[in-house]
Amino acid sequence: MKSREELEAMARRIRLSIAQMTWQSGLKGAHLGGSMSVTDILAVLYGEILHYDVQNPLSPERDRLILSKAHAAVALYAALHEAGFLSKDDIDHALQGDSPYFEHPKMDPTHGIEFSGGSLGQGLSLGMGTALGLKMKGNTAAKVYVILGDGECDEGQIWEAAAAVPHFGLTNVTVIVDDNGLQFDGRKEDILKAGDPAARWASLGYDVCTVNGHDVEAVRAVLLRETEKPRVIIAKTVKGKGVSFAENDVTWHTGRLTDELYQEAIRDINHD
Amino acid sequence: MNRRSGNWGEKLIDFSRRNIRIWSLLGPGGALSTAAMELGEVKPEVQMMTADLNYYSGLKRFSKAYPGRLINVGIAEQNLIGVAAGLAKEGYMPFANTYASFCASRCVDQIRVNMAYMKLPIKLIGLSAGLDAGVLGATHMAVEDLAVMRSLPNITVLSPADCTEIIKAILASSETLDPTYIRLTGPMNMPIVYNEDYDFQIGKAVEIRQGRDICIIATGSMVYHAVRAAELLEIKGISCAVINMHTVKPLDTEAVDAMQDKKMIVTVEEASIIGGLGSAVAEYLALQKNRPYQIMLGIRDSFPTAGSYDYLLKQCRLTGEQIAEDIISALSRE
Repeated sequence: MKSREELEAMARRIRLSIAQMTWQSGLKGAHLGGSMSVTDILAVLYGEILHYDVQNPLSPERDRLILSKAHAAVALYAALHEAGFLSKDDIDHALQGDSPYFEHPKMDPTHGIEFSGGSLGQGLSLGMGTALGLKMKGNTAAKVYVILGDGECDEGQIWEAAAAVPHFGLTNVTVIVDDNGLQFDGRKEDILKAGDPAARWASLGYDVCTVNGHDVEAVRAVLLRETEKPRVIIAKTVKGKGVSFAENDVTWHTGRLTDELYQEAIRDINHD
Repeated sequence: MNRRSGNWGEKLIDFSRRNIRIWSLLGPGGALSTAAMELGEVKPEVQMMTADLNYYSGLKRFSKAYPGRLINVGIAEQNLIGVAAGLAKEGYMPFANTYASFCASRCVDQIRVNMAYMKLPIKLIGLSAGLDAGVLGATHMAVEDLAVMRSLPNITVLSPADCTEIIKAILASSETLDPTYIRLTGPMNMPIVYNEDYDFQIGKAVEIRQGRDICIIATGSMVYHAVRAAELLEIKGISCAVINMHTVKPLDTEAVDAMQDKKMIVTVEEASIIGGLGSAVAEYLALQKNRPYQIMLGIRDSFPTAGSYDYLLKQCRLTGEQIAEDIISALSRE
């Protein structure tokens, strides 16, 4: 087991990579806010929880991670770099020119990217199909993790899949909701009230728990829990976490980093 | 991305005249069921999928014969495609079925991302395309599915002419890893175009009838009616070839080239005249320097009022007699 300090250091390195890729994208900018909010979750997943083998990336026993809130691609790329799937060079060229690593992930399982993403609301269906396929093949080793955004849960398709996963007895599925309370146009409750999401998921037959999405040990603990049902982990997070000028700020769904802002971001992240 | 291992899949099904007549009586649902039973037997990777239309699509027999291989996601077409994608990625070959009117509208984003963009080997079957479910009204009339599917990259679009061809198209599609849309038109008691076995190849149109003066390029249910029209035109002294363009994408441009010496090309489809077979042919001909005059017959950019299939065919001027009349009018206008 890694220590808290090791996991937090990994998260710090991921945040620095996110800031770097955002800055090097220049005027285009990147989805900084939602990438920073999911970082600690990704650090725990790739640092501790997921079974994967960079030397054998298509191993049938590998866990499958689906970033349904795919606009957090830079966070995924940074985590994949930490895991060894992407090189420093890949990160240094991401979001520029014809780099294959642009604002949404493109399917590339040999580099740890299971599916292309970008159209919100589709990832849980992909996760269900994957989990169903694994179950039918008798593969009880591999687990499926789907990361959703709380805004993304506005999408109807999420609930088509949400009802079906427990219905089909797919206990090998874990849903993680990056609940940062914001979406592109504003606060979640101002754009579309979601009622009581925890109760909604629970009523469909999931084991639901809520956790501080920035406490790496707490996140690890909930991910290590064994349950008899498919799981939903509602991770309370802060959009833009780690960068003072972006934290909990509606205007940082996507944004550009000037040289000055980039330096400020680096200072903030290193001070954490 | 095209893997062929021959027509071994057809060895179980006997394409006898007797069976051809039975399939015609059963209609497209029966043809789908027959093809599914064969796939269940010879292809363990095939999964049938439905969105609460198991009963309607004739797959109850399959689900009993192959327990666990029919996946019903409920009335959830977007999830249908997404689950198919996950299964396809894990090495399965999912055949997802729903009303054509829902394929080409409700879950197009999922088709776009999973089939067109990620090119996952999903086979999508559109039931009751065109006017077959017309008693249920416009919500169940897919006029736009050819146009929509054609405009998405990487998707093969098949439109079989009769129940025998429906079976062949489904089996042939299982021999490739290409994302494929198969549009089923026609009623129970579907008219027979092929009353004996023949060679079906995706992408190769079939010259059903030879003729010198004009050519009708038809697809799906309209192939039969095109042949009827050609017979009526023959009596009037107009020699009319008929091409069955069962693969709308990729279009068999060689078959179109072979007809460029005709006075006129007529396209006929049980679909909107915007964006479907007619447009596909016109798009190709537009690039040719010396091209024949073309007219496009089909559903004229409107939704007919609810009615029986026969009533609607007449309303849309898609019977053999009406096709012949419209061709004669066009020829006399020249």
